[in-house]
Amino acid sequence: MTAAAAIQKAKAALALTSNYAVAYAVKAADVDVVAVYPITPQTTIVEKIAEFVDDGELNADLIHVESEHSAMSAVVGAAAAGARVFTATSSQGLELMHEVLHIASGLRLPVVMAVPARAISAPISIHGDYSDVMNTRDTGWITYIASSAQEVYDTVIQAYKVAETTLLPVMVSYDGFLMSHTTEPVELNDEEAVKRFLPRRERPNVLRPEKPITMGAFAMPDWYYEIKYQVQEALASSLKTIEEVDAEYGKAFGRSYGIIQTYRMEDADYAVIAYGGAAFGNAREAVDVARERGIRAGAIRLRVWRPFPADRLLKQLAGVKAFAVIDRAIAFGSPGGGPAFIDVATALYMGGMDVPGLSVIHGIGQRSMYVEDFVKVFEMLKDGERNKVVYMGLRL
Amino acid sequence: MIEIRFHGRGGQGMVTASQVLATAAIMEGKYAQAFPEFGPERRGAPVKAYLRIDDRPIYKREPVVEPDVVVVGDQSLFVSENPLEGIKGNGILVVNGAYKAPVKTYYVDATSLALKLLGKAIVNTAMIGAVVKATGVVGLETALAALNKYFSGKIYELNAQLVKVAFDQTKEL
Repeated sequence: MTAAAAIQKAKAALALTSNYAVAYAVKAADVDVVAVYPITPQTTIVEKIAEFVDDGELNADLIHVESEHSAMSAVVGAAAAGARVFTATSSQGLELMHEVLHIASGLRLPVVMAVPARAISAPISIHGDYSDVMNTRDTGWITYIASSAQEVYDTVIQAYKVAETTLLPVMVSYDGFLMSHTTEPVELNDEEAVKRFLPRRERPNVLRPEKPITMGAFAMPDWYYEIKYQVQEALASSLKTIEEVDAEYGKAFGRSYGIIQTYRMEDADYAVIAYGGAAFGNAREAVDVARERGIRAGAIRLRVWRPFPADRLLKQLAGVKAFAVIDRAIAFGSPGGGPAFIDVATALYMGGMDVPGLSVIHGIGQRSMYVEDFVKVFEMLKDGERNKVVYMGLRL
Repeated sequence: MIEIRFHGRGGQGMVTASQVLATAAIMEGKYAQAFPEFGPERRGAPVKAYLRIDDRPIYKREPVVEPDVVVVGDQSLFVSENPLEGIKGNGILVVNGAYKAPVKTYYVDATSLALKLLGKAIVNTAMIGAVVKATGVVGLETALAALNKYFSGKIYELNAQLVKVAFDQTKEL
């Protein structure tokens, strides 16, 4: 895009935080039921949705629940009754709803939830990192990690189509505070066009009095395994749906993102793999600085965390001398340090590839991450540092 | 890219000032990014906010370390921290009340103006007027239109007047 075209495009934009971008997307998706329970930094999402409902701009039932466990239970129930649903949470709230996350995926309900990612107690922290999102790794949810308010808006809309096509719940996460409370330009779609993009369709797993079915039944050892395997299969094949929906969205609205995003990877010797707005944004800037210093650097962003996009990632790592993964969460007691590093290492092993890597933990509890930190990671890779965990920004 | 760092105390509204100016820049077709550095969220605690404005998309999301402009809403912050840290050689300080600093400085008596017009020492909107005058980073009319997206009715009218008076009274030291 030329600068002039970019400016023309931005002229139509509103100034929104990522949290408000979620609320506008939920309104455009014409959601029926929203379960509301406040927690920082999520709260302004449901505040804005409540405003839309109060102003008559969104015809949804707003359910004030008594906890996040109830919030997820309420949207599971509403989705089982056929409604298009939404809820949002962060940190302790996501922990509290954890058991119901498994029920949403096990019942194959297309729940959509936004999670501005936040650190976990103790000690209490309201600040951002991805400890909460990473703890949901094995719950059977499709999980996006967006990197701008615009992408947050676009992804929530895509999430409904993906959820209703795959019959899997979808989480759209992004940086708590560093995105949830950051004002930036967001171009909104025509809401009628969004309605056409998200037609209401019949689902097999809806409770109807005229055609009764059983949901959440007891499964004995002769069937439980098969039913859980179906979730695993559905997640694996959902990558194709995620890609198709993203492409269709791009045709309809002019913006698409892919499953992984790359920056200057074409001839890169060293790659930094990151997720979220601050980690990838700063890594991307660091690529330019490192290249000025003579290092052939590139950056890769995991836009989809679950299912893990192993094949697409391995294609990018095929030509590099070494890589680093930036994790904004600690996988306590693990051999890999951070959750994404563990998956990248596993993907390489399963793909029969041997590329050395560095596991970098950074931005924990929103410890400031600077572009220069990421340049330093490229310098470490160039200097031959390998196969260890680096706790960046830690005071010792 | 222009990078602005706001220093204030909780309750002065400096975070909102950064958001209003980001909104104005976006209304003028530019790219902008405004975000707060939250410490303990309470009245009186030091607060920082960051604002970037550019003609191109902004990817960097680090705190502003080498500001082109530093905005200080409360001079007592010069005692407890160093608001000018990292400021560029040709950087500009915009400060509430005259303050002698080693960089080009613009000032306005924001507290007195706010007390007179609002009856409260909430200086953020006066500082918006001062930043617009000192830097021209957005137009005054756009700043007022952006302000109207955050405040409406009588509160907007009073604050809009405060922006205009502060704009007029901002002087180079």
